[in-house]
Amino acid sequence: MRPRLCRVARYVVDVMPKREILDPQGKAVLGALPRLGFDGVVDVRQGKRFELEVSGEASEETLAQVRKMAETLLSNPVIEDFEVSVAQSEEIQR
Amino acid sequence: MKIGVVTFPGSLDDDDARRAVRLGGHEAVALWHGDHDLQGVDAVILPGGFSYGDYLRCGAISRFAPVMTEVVAAAEQGMPVLGICNGFQILCESHLLPGALIRNDHRKFVCRDQRLRIENTRTPWTSSYDEGAEVTIVLKNGEGGYVADAETLDRLEGEGRVVARYLDDNPNGSLRDIAGITNGRGNVVGLMPHPEHAVEALTGAGTDGLGFFTSLVGVPIAG
Repeated sequence: MRPRLCRVARYVVDVMPKREILDPQGKAVLGALPRLGFDGVVDVRQGKRFELEVSGEASEETLAQVRKMAETLLSNPVIEDFEVSVAQSEEIQR
Repeated sequence: MKIGVVTFPGSLDDDDARRAVRLGGHEAVALWHGDHDLQGVDAVILPGGFSYGDYLRCGAISRFAPVMTEVVAAAEQGMPVLGICNGFQILCESHLLPGALIRNDHRKFVCRDQRLRIENTRTPWTSSYDEGAEVTIVLKNGEGGYVADAETLDRLEGEGRVVARYLDDNPNGSLRDIAGITNGRGNVVGLMPHPEHAVEALTGAGTDGLGFFTSLVGVPIAG
C-alpha cells in the first residue's frame, strides 16, 4: 500500500511558571549546576513545551484553537503563563 | 447520609475515605470517574492519591473526568464536597476553589503527623470541631504548597474561608500557612492533610480526623 501523505502544521505552546510563583524544580537545577562546575548561572526557571501537530495548513483559526487548549488544559493560568506559536507546516506519512 | 467517594485512575485513599465515612456513621458509596452518575449521594469526597499519574499538573486531567461534570454541577447547587490532598488539587483545577497547589518549597515529599488549627467550623465538614481546635492529622504530599495572589489570600482571610492552618513548622511552603480553604458558599472544602488516616487509634496519630466525617450529621442539604 502506498503511504498516505497528510499535511500538518506544528504548533508550539511554551508554558512557564509565573515570575512571582516559586519554582522549586528550577531551584533544584540551579543548585546542581555549580556542583558540575558550571559557574555564573544566577537563575533557572523550568517550564514545559508542547508540540501539537494539527492536520491542515497553519491558520489563524487553528492558532486560536491552540490558544484555547493552552488556556483550558495545557496551562493553569493561576500559576503559569503561556505563549503559542506556529513552528512549521509539512507533509508527513500517515 | 450517603457519601460518595470518587475513584480516579491512580486514587490511593478512596478505600480509607470510605472506611472513614462508615466510622463517621454514614453510608459510603463508591463512585467511578468514568460515570456521569452520582448515584443519589448527599455529599462527595474526592480522595487523595496520584490521579492520572499527576501527569501535566496534579488534578489537571481528573478535572475533565465525566464524573467531575456532575460534581461541579452539584457543588454549585450547594452539595457538600470535600477534596483531600489530590482531591484539593482537583478542586482548584476545577475552579471550585481559588488558587493552586505547587511543589513543596523544600522539594521533598513530606509525610508526618501535622498539627493544625481548625479556623472555620461553619462548613458541613468541620461543624463538629470547636473553633480554634488544635488537632493532629497525617500529612503526606509532594505538591502541597498552596499559592494564590495576595488579593485572593486577603479575601480568603477576610471572609473567614481559611478552614485549617498549619501550626509549628510550615511543611510545604503554603502561603500564610494555609492547609485548607472553603468556597464562598462554604459547601466545598479542600484540605491538604488526610483526616481519613486519623480516625482510628490503632493505625494513626489518633482520631482527630474523625470530625470531618461526623460533621455532616444534621446538615441541611441544599438543592
